[in-house]
Amino acid sequence: MNVEKKELKVAALENGTVIDHIPSNQLFKVVSILGLEKCPNSITIGNNLASKKIGRKGIIKVADRFFKEDDLNKIALVAPEAQINIIRDYQVTEKRKVSLPDVVHGIIRCNNPKCITNNEPMETIFHVTDKVNIQVKCHYCERSVSKDEIEIC
Amino acid sequence: MKRESLVSITDFSKEEILDLLQKASRFEANPNQKILEGKVVATLFFEPSTRTRLSFETAVNRLGGRIIGFSDASTTSSSKGETLKDTIMMVSNYVDLIIMRHHLEGAARYASEIASVPVINAGDGANQHPSQTMLDLYSIYKTQGTLSNLNITMVGDLKYGRTVHSLLMAMSHFNPTFHFVAPDELKMPIEYKIFCEQHHIPYFEHSEFSEEVINQADILYMTRVQRERFTDLMEYEKVKNVYTLHNSMLDHSKENLRILHPLPRVNEISYDVDSNPKAYYFQQAKNGLYARQAIICKVLGIEV
Repeated sequence: MNVEKKELKVAALENGTVIDHIPSNQLFKVVSILGLEKCPNSITIGNNLASKKIGRKGIIKVADRFFKEDDLNKIALVAPEAQINIIRDYQVTEKRKVSLPDVVHGIIRCNNPKCITNNEPMETIFHVTDKVNIQVKCHYCERSVSKDEIEIC
Repeated sequence: MKRESLVSITDFSKEEILDLLQKASRFEANPNQKILEGKVVATLFFEPSTRTRLSFETAVNRLGGRIIGFSDASTTSSSKGETLKDTIMMVSNYVDLIIMRHHLEGAARYASEIASVPVINAGDGANQHPSQTMLDLYSIYKTQGTLSNLNITMVGDLKYGRTVHSLLMAMSHFNPTFHFVAPDELKMPIEYKIFCEQHHIPYFEHSEFSEEVINQADILYMTRVQRERFTDLMEYEKVKNVYTLHNSMLDHSKENLRILHPLPRVNEISYDVDSNPKAYYFQQAKNGLYARQAIICKVLGIEV
């Protein structure tokens, strides 16, 4: 019996982006914020992995894709501790944290059903009013939304 | 010519508010001026509001402008499913100014971003109604001679009442002291109390509408306690008459006290108050005309 073959190995990235230290319950929101459902590249997603920092974490590896900084920073809405590793030729060439922008275009759905953004074909705009506890305010209806209430559209 | 929109009272600085008050008093002295001659103004009322619409339309008419528009969205193509954007784009082609009321929150901000002409928000759902705030400020200024260092006592529905929220924000420039009188279910929301703390504005909360509170007030701002705001109707029955102002409660109030109410009133101010010289709510509504004339000229960049 061949016991060595039981472990499934995930190939290291040759080139691409690794997003690490995503809280497990936010992993799929990050997938959605980055629009990975429609990304044709090879993507490896791991979840509920042990993490010393945050208990259980998720990780996403996207081969041959380098995101714009602004796009990556949007995930700070749900995963402020996330870490970005840029891989080139099997080497980590850049390591950084995400940081929340002052204004977020698109991404967030306003949870006020009477907000114009839920009734017109238009993009939402949210102002980040608290970067520490994560609170955002709808540019249109002016309603504040806290971290746990943020809905991704 | 500088053009801008008015969506929220917070779009205006302290200096701009004071400038508008000066303009409003000039219009009060001389309300009929032909400064909008040759201009066409659209009043788009996607939600009916007779009081606000008539006030704006009177303001335009007295300044010699012409009006197109509608007072009920059911007669427009928005009932056929046209987007707000398309309606605004179309109307922008025709007019110099859009005055708009809409049941959706944020509609005015959006309209101001897509229109090629200035937009005045005449109320967007539960969000903002800045011309009401301007007329409240003008009424306070006129009756007290200043906006500074006043005791403003707000009574009734402080949770949902957008007029009290906007007034609170606008008054924050002028070193006020607030008293909030409301039943537990309709207390001032925490975000506005935080706003006061951040701006070092003292505020006091009361659940009892007592003479002691009335006697120290310069302005008593009454609002309607609406039945539909209560989840528990027993609670409504308990409080509905507690926040009613009767004439006898004003016996020991300050000489300069004035009673304001955005109207319509139901039973929160008893009719025996109407003849008291401290009752100011009908003049307050009249001040809306001058405040709106001032706002219209400001957004059109017309110096008066």
